Amino acid sequence: MTQAFEKIQMQIMWNRLISVVEEQAQTLLRTAFSPIVRECGDLSAGVFDLQGRMIAQAVTGTPGHVNSMAEAVKHFIRHFPLETMNEGDIYITNDPWLGTGHLNDFVLTTPCFKDGRLVALFSCTSHITDIGGLGTGTDGTDVHMEGIYIPMLKLADRGQMNETLLAMVRQNTRQPVETEGDVYSLAACNDIGCCRLVEMMDEFGLEGLDALADYVCQNSYDAVMAEVAKLPKGTFRSSMTIDGYDKPLQLVAEVTISDDGISVDYDGTSPQSRYGVNVPHAYTIAYTSFGLSCIVSSDVPNNAGSLAPFTVRAPEGSILNAPYPAAVCSRHVIGQMLPDTVFGCLAQAVPERIPAEGAGCLWNLTFRGETDRGSNDASIFCITAVTNGGTGARPSKDGLSATAYPSGVRGTPVEINESVAPIVIWRKEYRTDSGGAGAQRGGLGQVIEVESAIDADLELLAAFDRIDYPPRGRDGGLNGDAGSLRLASGAQLRGKGTQHVASGERLVIHTPGGAGHGDPHVRAEDLVSADLRNGLISAEGAAREYGYTAAKAD
Amino acid sequence: MTGSISQRLAIDIGGTFTDIVLEQDGELNTSKVLTTPAAPEDGVLNGIEQVLAKAGTASGDIGILLHGTTLATNAIIERKGANVALITTDGFRDVLEIGYESRFNQYDIFIDKPTPLVPRHRRFTVPERVDVHGRVLLDLDEDAVQALLPKLDRAGVESIAIGFLHGYANPAHEQRAREIIEAARPDLSITLSSEVCPEIREFERLTTATANAYVRPLMARYLNNLETRLSKIGIVSPVLLMTSGGGLTTLETAARFPIRLVESGPAGGAILATGIAADLDLTKAISFDMGGTTAKICLIDDFAAQRAREFEVDRQARFRKGSGLPLRIPVIEMVEVGAGGGSIARVDALNQITIGPDSAGADPGPAAYGRGGEQPTITDADIHLGRIDPGRFAGGQVPLSPDRAEAALSADIGKKLDLSSQMAAYGVTEMVDETMANAARVHAVEQGKAASDYTLIAFGGAAPLHAGRLAEKLSVERIIVPTHAGVGSAVGFLRAPVAYEVVRSRNMRLRQYDPEFVNAIFHEMYDEAKAVVEAGAPGSVVSEHRLAYMRYLGQGHEIAVNLPTRSLTDEDADLVQTSFDATYERFYQRTLPNAEVEVLTWALTLTTASAPSETTSIEPTDSRDAQVAGSRAIFDPASGELRDVPLHWRPDLVPGDAITGPAVIAENETSTFVPKNFNARIAANGFIIVERNRERTS
Repeated sequence: MTQAFEKIQMQIMWNRLISVVEEQAQTLLRTAFSPIVRECGDLSAGVFDLQGRMIAQAVTGTPGHVNSMAEAVKHFIRHFPLETMNEGDIYITNDPWLGTGHLNDFVLTTPCFKDGRLVALFSCTSHITDIGGLGTGTDGTDVHMEGIYIPMLKLADRGQMNETLLAMVRQNTRQPVETEGDVYSLAACNDIGCCRLVEMMDEFGLEGLDALADYVCQNSYDAVMAEVAKLPKGTFRSSMTIDGYDKPLQLVAEVTISDDGISVDYDGTSPQSRYGVNVPHAYTIAYTSFGLSCIVSSDVPNNAGSLAPFTVRAPEGSILNAPYPAAVCSRHVIGQMLPDTVFGCLAQAVPERIPAEGAGCLWNLTFRGETDRGSNDASIFCITAVTNGGTGARPSKDGLSATAYPSGVRGTPVEINESVAPIVIWRKEYRTDSGGAGAQRGGLGQVIEVESAIDADLELLAAFDRIDYPPRGRDGGLNGDAGSLRLASGAQLRGKGTQHVASGERLVIHTPGGAGHGDPHVRAEDLVSADLRNGLISAEGAAREYGYTAAKAD
Repeated sequence: MTGSISQRLAIDIGGTFTDIVLEQDGELNTSKVLTTPAAPEDGVLNGIEQVLAKAGTASGDIGILLHGTTLATNAIIERKGANVALITTDGFRDVLEIGYESRFNQYDIFIDKPTPLVPRHRRFTVPERVDVHGRVLLDLDEDAVQALLPKLDRAGVESIAIGFLHGYANPAHEQRAREIIEAARPDLSITLSSEVCPEIREFERLTTATANAYVRPLMARYLNNLETRLSKIGIVSPVLLMTSGGGLTTLETAARFPIRLVESGPAGGAILATGIAADLDLTKAISFDMGGTTAKICLIDDFAAQRAREFEVDRQARFRKGSGLPLRIPVIEMVEVGAGGGSIARVDALNQITIGPDSAGADPGPAAYGRGGEQPTITDADIHLGRIDPGRFAGGQVPLSPDRAEAALSADIGKKLDLSSQMAAYGVTEMVDETMANAARVHAVEQGKAASDYTLIAFGGAAPLHAGRLAEKLSVERIIVPTHAGVGSAVGFLRAPVAYEVVRSRNMRLRQYDPEFVNAIFHEMYDEAKAVVEAGAPGSVVSEHRLAYMRYLGQGHEIAVNLPTRSLTDEDADLVQTSFDATYERFYQRTLPNAEVEVLTWALTLTTASAPSETTSIEPTDSRDAQVAGSRAIFDPASGELRDVPLHWRPDLVPGDAITGPAVIAENETSTFVPKNFNARIAANGFIIVERNRERTS
């Protein structure tokens, strides 16, 4: 075989690998129970070589999971050395520091055998809606309050499911059937991935993945480094203030672009919190790397090679590197702010690529209460309905309204929320004037109104940010409108912590708008008038922020 | 239904070409003319005149006209549909635009999301609310509906979609709102979400309803014009339209739910393959249709194409999932890959060869056309590898310049990757074949099937060139290349049954299994489907297919489970559970121990029995070496060298002719490439059968 022929074969096998893990993820999506997985895709799936290098990752999936799962498999290999792995084994953990950052994420790793020989590892993660404890919120003051804690264990031993563990899991969640179903769904998706990989290896006559893994990692590494080489070198600093649980937090970043890659240091960032908003280091690395990839190398598939040029460090004891036993349940609220933090630095290097700040973290509406319609005879319901604010305006384009960034999950359909939980959502639409004004306007946030559908109070497990500190505009663009939380009867609610919404009372949520980019007064007049016509901005807003008054609203 | 009809005419309006096929006493005459987008009936009439002239027959003899069209699809893609208003529940003005709240490309900061068909200033809301159980929480504010009338007038609205929250569970408010508007504005066309898509998930339902409203006036106008023009030339036969679900429907139904006509052309291709599978008794077939811009792959099991209930139209990033508008309509399940003869090849930032999704189309076309195309395409690679005879391409009508193909491949691929131009061309075809093979494999797996058990049926201009390699990659043993492959979709229309599918979302937990409840739903759906099918095929025998979309209580995605076509009884509870378990296991390998099962949606399809297919052997009665028309130098990747192989001219070949691969069989509209390790023979009916040579396979 010629070398050129081999090169083409390698490329083809790489593509196949990506389609294998995509299928793995689709299986998870189609069999999952938790709406946050099945409707929203809060999951990840990938294949790893025997050194624990991630060689392919499903495009379906969310960055916080993917890039932290990339590390998790190495921990699995340490706990279950390769030579002890057997066909039919499945390993599980939800350890926030070995997995993907909070107890709600179950990580499963399955050794994949071909003709009796271990050839690869498949790993996947999904978010389990309820795992007991205080529930999915910010109120815990140590990790043990946040639910069942599963160390590195065998979920299956040579094909035999660990019934003791499954019984423990069922007993430690408010949703036993769904939780067990999700565990099975995770197991099934790894099985499917392994099946396809073995078929592929048969077809291409592969005995092992080493050469392919080397090729994938080297090629990806080279591609990212080639992009890094085009960037201006130097060190850039920026900081961002966000709400925090009980006091504002400073996120401070220093980004260094050099010939060796890009390093990010969070020295100077606020210390860890007493409450459940702390971020394990792997999750900090995950979202930081994701932000860098978006700007530097968005076309390169994500794997160990493409992640290698990025190094991330946060001081231990800071909110971005909180060690055990810190409470970490709502780590996404802080972790998802990291791309914006890093963008503050990169805007000094490549301003033409960097958007203004956006809503950042997901605005997940987590409710709990009595139910008349819970599936599988449950008397308590728990739901996490995914909603979003707006993204920041981009240098050449408006921001995206009601769209997740950096998270990659989908919103939950209103009709699905109402089918699984006794709630009525009376309103969920764009919030006029919430997008930060600019030459490019920020994406709009939403106004959402929720009420209990039955004669029982709702518990809201709030975990929101950008209420006190809205997204900031860039290059003359104005800030996005801050988020808020109140009852229709008037009372303001806190952005974080468990609170009650009495039956008959409506909860009114404003998700933040993205910030604007560039001077609003240079925004093209037809764009302003179109926004006005469509009610995305009001006549007052048009006059106040854009100096536009010729309007005749329809 | 067709026994007494001597002449049938099939019309397929595509984006570039309009194909016409006339069937007369089993003989086919075809014509291919340019599509005339401004008035598509012009192209149709032109094509009909040509084909009638060829056949030497008169228009009055045509007994029935079967019609498929991409007009609805194109109207959406080009945003040339009606001025539509959406009327929805207060508080939900932006459902169409909020969509999934996600980005279809995670890493690209600069994506554009799909633009909804109805802009915000024409999305109106009225107070009303129904809950998930269909109970009214807030009465419809009828005055508010009345108050919209002047606004609709001022906005110049031609067509309206009404979609309320949970309208699928209780359509009363949607129906009442329609009554009020209809009474005041009888000329407006009104689409209800509860009629076009009675299913849960507001974004998909409302998008489907607005898409229907968007194409409705245009399709009604076109169909009306066509009827008038046809009658002027003496064609007064009934017209049936091909739906995306693969069945024919009446003009009236098509005009009411034109969204069901989206993708009807590709559906015709799948029907063609289905018919061939039935004729040849192939229980497992893959329809492989590869044209100038895309390749479509569809699984056909037990002589029935796979079906689905969702389809994404107008993808922003072409072929990227999630970047288009989701439609919930019955469709033949196909994977569409942005890989056709005209797809452009290039080298990306990773130094990898990538194909498409952009196509050089017919103008400028591939580099070898010499019409100004500079970038290498798949056709260029096929030419350079020797698989296409440049002298006979498109019957010799398009002269090819192999040098230009080589130059483009060399400049854009070879130089960048340090490959010879031939190795570059090989890389291009390998990438595209691999992409298609992956799509087919994943698609098969999604249905719980293995692609290797199938026979490939290859048609469309580029498919026979690539089917051989695809077969190798999928471990497929056999390929069929039918006659008239270039106008496959229109030929498929001739074989399509009159059919209609109805779905209803009505929840039932299996623990509360109620046969009467189920029977009542199917009874209602049967009547609805029967009315449509009876209108299209009066008095014909119909067959019925029932499905339940089921899942474990708490899951979000359903699997389709077959139900018996009879009234259910108390004893059938076990049958339903067992069918679910078996289907679930086939998809996902293991069933769940502790979870309850529910049915979400019921579906019923009525279809006329297709023309009784007599399974006839097409095996030739004798065998001889085929006549050789010349030779071609073909690139052999393993050795990196050119190698002469025989070239055959298909019109010269007769049943029984045998060909040993590697070889090229050329014809007017395409070429069939027979790879090494494969043999070909000409069947009794003229089809080419390409089979893996077991003796020689090492």
